[in-house]
Amino acid sequence: MAVKYFQSTVLSNIQITDDIFVMTVLRHGASASAGQFFMLKCWDQELTLMRPISVFQATEEHLLFMYRIVGQGTRKLAMLQEGDPISLLGGLGNGYPLEELHGRIAVLGGGVGIPPLSLTARMLQAQGCTVDAYLGYRDQLFALDAFEPYCADIFVSSEQGPEGYRGFITDLLKPELYDAVLTCGPEVMMRKVAQLCAAQQVTCWCSMEHRMACGIGACLGCSIPTSEGMKRVCKDGPIFLSTHLFQEA
Amino acid sequence: MANLQTSVNGIPFKNPIIAASGTFGFGEEYHQLFDVSCLGGISSKGLTLKPKDGNLGIRVYETPSGMMNSVGLQNPGIEAFIEHYIPVMRQWDTVLIANMGGHSMDDYVTGASMLSEADIDMLELNISCPNVKSGGMAFGIKAEVAAEVVAAVRKVCHKPLIVKLSPNAENIVEMAKACEGAGADSLSLINTFQAMAIDIHRRKPIFNNVYAGLSGAAIRPIALRMVHSVAKAVKIPVIGLGGITSAEDALAFMMAGASAVQIGTVNFTTPDAGKIIVEELNTLCEQEHIESIQDIVGIL
Repeated sequence: MAVKYFQSTVLSNIQITDDIFVMTVLRHGASASAGQFFMLKCWDQELTLMRPISVFQATEEHLLFMYRIVGQGTRKLAMLQEGDPISLLGGLGNGYPLEELHGRIAVLGGGVGIPPLSLTARMLQAQGCTVDAYLGYRDQLFALDAFEPYCADIFVSSEQGPEGYRGFITDLLKPELYDAVLTCGPEVMMRKVAQLCAAQQVTCWCSMEHRMACGIGACLGCSIPTSEGMKRVCKDGPIFLSTHLFQEA
Repeated sequence: MANLQTSVNGIPFKNPIIAASGTFGFGEEYHQLFDVSCLGGISSKGLTLKPKDGNLGIRVYETPSGMMNSVGLQNPGIEAFIEHYIPVMRQWDTVLIANMGGHSMDDYVTGASMLSEADIDMLELNISCPNVKSGGMAFGIKAEVAAEVVAAVRKVCHKPLIVKLSPNAENIVEMAKACEGAGADSLSLINTFQAMAIDIHRRKPIFNNVYAGLSGAAIRPIALRMVHSVAKAVKIPVIGLGGITSAEDALAFMMAGASAVQIGTVNFTTPDAGKIIVEELNTLCEQEHIESIQDIVGIL
């Protein structure tokens, strides 16, 4: 699908935890598949780089982004209000290989790696997969309701909070139950998921995060080493086979 | 319509806006967003004789009014460029500039002779990349070292030879004169400033290479001053770059002495910046009663 750079409008921008927001913008016909992202900006020259944010959910008319405030870019995004203009470049990246995914699939997310798995779960369910979600939080829970309609089972953990299993979400995963595991979140978590899957010979797809500049594969600002050579997270990824990323997996 | 045509070393440019090396790949990705034939030229990703993986770790980092990069010249190598990317770039009606870096005198000479035989319009010699150890910028600091590499490349290069200068040179005017004396046909300046950023929480440099190249609007006033000083000191054409983000900026660099300009970092801020700046330059020239853009080159 074609990549598109366009001006859009914010329909809502709602704070759902201390530092996590959900923004809904007009889609203007842009493509958006599971695991893809957009480059966003709501500034002219004040900041130099657009910010990569994964697609949380999409409807025919709307794109939803769930993001955490981590720096000056996301802080500016969080200040946007209904009716404000925003620039988007996307949909970017390869996305999860939906055509290769069948049967029973686990989606495992940690922190702000959780939101993009919601659209993924929905698209997998729509093509006949049975989806279980494993959602790992630090403390406050969010986005649970964005998984309930699409998942058979939902497992929740929090490291500090009162709800769900207290510990790491990777403790709960039994890869042998699944035809494939899709994961998104901190690299240390994805590495653990990759190891668990490798031990059971289950295919594991990881969504990588990286600082990037162009978002479309031109500047090579987000290249990472893989077993297949240097790969651009923005264009060749962000979805990679775990065995290409982690030696031990 | 104002006349935006310019020329450098006898090569005609439909307008003076050139996509700067390292920010535009080989043009394909941006061609999805707009027809890159609207640009005066495209300078390719920096090429080296052999393919290069580039640097590990963080490669790009936002800074006040700019960014730092430490890509480390990741590129497919000159052979792959000639075989795969020149045919792609030749689909477009725009000046094709091959940008080339090197690690040794031999690399520069071998690479330049290969590219000189290939279907390119101009060769831009990068003696100024700050992100590669023992290469690139090592040649761009001392005028006498730069003159040596330019003279060697000149002997094998039959295409117009642009030498891209580093603002990290000991003395940029002396550097420019030395390159002119060694046979450069034109000069492009400036490349990025060597700079540093630190993650105070990890107590480590942001970049694995410790230092990285600073670009963007933050460097523009210094770039403009350097273009002005160099253009006054040499007889060969100068291509100006360094934080240009608008048609107004482009015009300022041309008034300071640049025959053409390159746009780099702004391609990241606004993915269709090239197209927009060309359009706005036309409007701006009309407003400013500039019939032909060549009339204002070096008026200051």
